[in-house]
Amino acid sequence: MVMGLIFAIGVITFCIGALGVLIRKNAVVMFLCIELMLNGANMLFMAVSKFKGLIEGQVAVLFIMAVAAAEAAIGMAIITAFYRRRGGIEVDKAELLKW
Amino acid sequence: MRDLILAVVFIPLIGAAINGIFCWKTRRKAHYIAVPAIAIPAVISLYLLVKVAQGYHFDDVLYWWIAIGDFRVPIGFLLDELSVVMLVTVTFISTWIHIYSIGYMDHEPDISYARYFTYLNLFVFFMLVLVMANNYLLMFVGWEGVGLCSYLLIGYWYEKMSAANAGMKAFITNRVGDFGFTIALFLIYKHLGSLIFHDVFARAHELSVPLATLITLLLFTGATGKSAQIPLYVWLPDAMEGPTPVSSLIHAATMVTAGVYMIARSHVLYNLAPFTMEVVAVVGVITAWFAASMALVNNDLKRVLAFSTISQLGYMFVGVGVGAYAAGIFHLFTHAFFKGLMFLCAGSVMHALHGELNMQKMGGLLKKMKITGITFIVGALAISGVPPFAGFWSKDSILHHAFVEGHKFVWLVGTITAGMTAFYIFRLIFLTFFGEPRDKELYEHAHENPPVMTIPMIVLAIGSAFAGLFALAPGGGFEGFVNRIMHAGHEAAVHAAHGEGGAGGLIVISVAVALIGIGIAYLMYIKRTPDPVEMAQRFRPIYLVLYNRYWVDELYFAFFINPTVGISRHVLWKIVDVGIIDGIVNGVARLCSLIGAGVRKLQTGFIPDYAWFILAGIIVVCGIKILF
Repeated sequence: MVMGLIFAIGVITFCIGALGVLIRKNAVVMFLCIELMLNGANMLFMAVSKFKGLIEGQVAVLFIMAVAAAEAAIGMAIITAFYRRRGGIEVDKAELLKW
Repeated sequence: MRDLILAVVFIPLIGAAINGIFCWKTRRKAHYIAVPAIAIPAVISLYLLVKVAQGYHFDDVLYWWIAIGDFRVPIGFLLDELSVVMLVTVTFISTWIHIYSIGYMDHEPDISYARYFTYLNLFVFFMLVLVMANNYLLMFVGWEGVGLCSYLLIGYWYEKMSAANAGMKAFITNRVGDFGFTIALFLIYKHLGSLIFHDVFARAHELSVPLATLITLLLFTGATGKSAQIPLYVWLPDAMEGPTPVSSLIHAATMVTAGVYMIARSHVLYNLAPFTMEVVAVVGVITAWFAASMALVNNDLKRVLAFSTISQLGYMFVGVGVGAYAAGIFHLFTHAFFKGLMFLCAGSVMHALHGELNMQKMGGLLKKMKITGITFIVGALAISGVPPFAGFWSKDSILHHAFVEGHKFVWLVGTITAGMTAFYIFRLIFLTFFGEPRDKELYEHAHENPPVMTIPMIVLAIGSAFAGLFALAPGGGFEGFVNRIMHAGHEAAVHAAHGEGGAGGLIVISVAVALIGIGIAYLMYIKRTPDPVEMAQRFRPIYLVLYNRYWVDELYFAFFINPTVGISRHVLWKIVDVGIIDGIVNGVARLCSLIGAGVRKLQTGFIPDYAWFILAGIIVVCGIKILF
């Protein structure tokens, strides 16, 4: 029962994040949503790790957190640069790759 | 021995390679390589001739060229009485013509000079492959190779449109014949399982008569192309666009006789097909007569000789067609001398007159060009069949065989043609070398050529005068020598007939005919009674038909060439090529670009859209994974 709850929290967190990435235009918000997705995934990893008594899940979580930290640094830098060039952080301002 | 045979065949190739690859180095000195590259094989082949006369034979495989399952074709050479005769003829005549070319091609630019000798050496190489091959396929390689060199040399002055066209004409006309040749090879392989002469002839009796007839007729088709017989002779007069030594070597002495050689080589097959023999003899004699009739009125020095070559080749085919293969080869041998000689003389005249070929503008040249004139007359006497010159022995032998074999019609036409031959060749002599000069300016500039040109002419003149005496050599003479390999059925009958009386009468008739021909030419062109111009007026329709060469070229244009070109241009090019083939190629490209234009709308540039695609993709992949 507790396991089910934890799974539900993980999945819901992930879905909120995914929806946010898909429908928001603000790059920072999308960024936060990506973090939500990562954490949702982390939650599921932890749950399965605990439930099955496996250590690999926890290792994966540590990796993901490390990658997310690095990604956050780079992502914020990109967004800052983007803001300077385009005068805003709405992603529909990035349209140079259009067909 | 094997090394010597290899040397004979491959030294000319080495010569061609050196001149061909280093033409910018050899330039003017090209002949220092080209001439020895032929002269050495010529000396070796004389040695081989002696060896073969002593009974030596060579038939060996150097290596297996093609070996696919049962289909095995070697590079192999065959040396016997027949091929050694060809070998000696080809190398000997080529040597002198190479030397002659040094003088004749004097005015050529450096690189062209080297190019000329490259082609000439290459030609000799292919010709030797043709005569030495021990199987049909290798022979065909030589056959095509000489055709290629002929094309290259006819079109040697390729800046001249007419020369380039003549080259194409020769090549394409030969394709028609070669089509028959290749089909014959397929049939031989299919039914006898081999292309090596030795095996083919050993098993030839397994062929049914209709099949043998078909094969031999197809082979003969190839021969009509290469040896300029009706209906494929049209390329040879045009081939005179090439340099004159080329006409002499390729289009008189060697290449055009390849068909005769091929038939003599395949005599085992031909003996199985009496019908084909009949066809060969009749086509030969009709060609002889037909070409001689066109030579009667032509005013172009080299074209007359070209028609004469066609006519003499016709005689050779009569020889092989009546089963007298040795006589055909003998005529080939003597013809190589006297026709080679006459072309060299014509070249000499042309060289002296700065390329003038119209006989009506010449006359009286004997005073200026003694050596050329006298050697030319020797050649003319030889071709007319005046004893004891070479042509007498061989032509008479052919007519004799035709007569005793019962081909009375062939004999009759052949004899009449002999008279025409004597007439047109002496017409040529009288117009060129006797009488008053008709073009003073040309006459003033005429001069005898340097020894490098006259010596080959003298040598060949000696050959034309005396080569026929080989007929009297011990052991059956020339024909007896060649006949050593002609294990033919009805050859024996011919031998038996040899001893008969009546031969004397035939000889008298043919000599008389020759002398009458010469006499008429003398009356018409020296005495001017009857005046040839008047004669042309009186018999204007006949004259016009002959002068326009029976409109055969025009006929071919109307029936074959123009329709082919028309279909090619309007159907094959405009519809098939532009419409269908280009349509498919361009259509594929257009389809791709259309699809691309549609699909690239997906590339919106908005990041959320891509995220949607990723999500959709994941859902699809996971869905498939779960469902299946």
